[in-house]
Amino acid sequence: MTFWRKVFAITWKDVLSEFRAREIITSVLVFTILVIIIFNFAFGERVEMVAVAPGMLWVTFTFAGVLSLNRSFILEKEDGCFEGLLVSPASRDVIYTGKMLASLVFLLVIEAIALPVFAFLFNLTVLTPEITAITLLATIGFVACGTLFSALATNTKARELVLPILFLPVVVPVIIGAVNASELALSGKSWGDMTGWLGILAAFDVVFLTVAYLVFDYVIEE
Amino acid sequence: MISRDDVGDKAIEVRKLTRTFDDFPALRGIDLEVARGESLVIFGPNGAGKTTLIRVLSTIIRPSSGTVLIDGLNIKEHAEKARRLIGVVSHHPFLYANLSAYENLEFYGRLYDVPDLKTRIGEVTTLVGMTARLHDRVSTFSRGMQQRFAIARALLHRPQIMLLDEPETGLDQQAVALLWEVLRGEAAARRTVVMTTHNLERGLDLASRLLIMSRGKIVFEGGGKSLDLAGLKQAYQDVTAEAGCPQ
Repeated sequence: MTFWRKVFAITWKDVLSEFRAREIITSVLVFTILVIIIFNFAFGERVEMVAVAPGMLWVTFTFAGVLSLNRSFILEKEDGCFEGLLVSPASRDVIYTGKMLASLVFLLVIEAIALPVFAFLFNLTVLTPEITAITLLATIGFVACGTLFSALATNTKARELVLPILFLPVVVPVIIGAVNASELALSGKSWGDMTGWLGILAAFDVVFLTVAYLVFDYVIEE
Repeated sequence: MISRDDVGDKAIEVRKLTRTFDDFPALRGIDLEVARGESLVIFGPNGAGKTTLIRVLSTIIRPSSGTVLIDGLNIKEHAEKARRLIGVVSHHPFLYANLSAYENLEFYGRLYDVPDLKTRIGEVTTLVGMTARLHDRVSTFSRGMQQRFAIARALLHRPQIMLLDEPETGLDQQAVALLWEVLRGEAAARRTVVMTTHNLERGLDLASRLLIMSRGKIVFEGGGKSLDLAGLKQAYQDVTAEAGCPQ
């Protein structure tokens, strides 16, 4: 119980801080919508949308995720507050989970706004339970892995460059799973057809979360 | 190996502590004991290892080798328990700029499981004389105001040990005076205080014991009342000149 109370304290602190500053959601949302619009101009109606839309959607969310995660620990560092967390009796697991949940909230908010825009511009039915489930599973994997690498990148000099270089190769299985599952969903396939890809996404969520819990303490060590 | 049973009256016990950054030895075999209720003030030129020592004691960074016990708890194995006993004030106030001072204190209070948090926030805010600005955002505060709330944050969970790393950096005279008043109160309350500072006069005033560090080692140790200011200045100059440090 104490664990979750402290986790929610960290998540709430991040959400409240972001609500006041609007540094992450506003900028990443503008970027996300711009990318969707650029894709719309680039492809228009010249291609079979169901074939390319999943790729466009997850490339957009991947870049949005990298931008969002990049800010997660940088804001702690800029305020000089990360050491405040480190000297508190909150365990490293608590810090990781709290920061991860905050990043999950930010990214889900961005996706919730971007998906209807995507649906409107490409005239696709993406607001379905299938796409919602895929987005949720993939986003959990994204932030589980990304929060770890964001913490790692924060202690480096070229932190904005380090995160995508380290994070993207590792998160590729999640992107592949999300793209393939989304393609099936947009083609009108049933839940049963998607089970394999959804299972892969869920498995990677578990793997990333487990690895992150095991190594986070060492990652934030100077 | 030191065990918790051997602690007795020691708040902090450090044995053969080293810490290196890449190949640079920031701490070279520090041995140190701080008794409960003692006010230990550490002086030394830039690069002497004062900040590294405070960061190791506050469990922000791990020692490369050696043993650190906080109230008998080895920080390698019982870091979380040890952190409950420590209040840290550093150059950074550890306050989130977009939150109010109250929200910051409430946040840290939850991390430390402070009972009756609202009342305690009122007490520490009164102590640092900032009640009127409690609900204002930290981003609107001067450096001095932020540091006052940093002291309130550090005292929030009633720590047995206060670790302060040059807490007066960037403060105006009024804020420095208030800081030292609070610290004298802490020393009088028999709370263990370990502080680094460049301010010889004020440090001497607070110290029940003082150290001078140079190049990662303790090079001078004395009782707080064993030296006057002139004697301390002379000792400081002598040991730092001997070690080839800039004054």
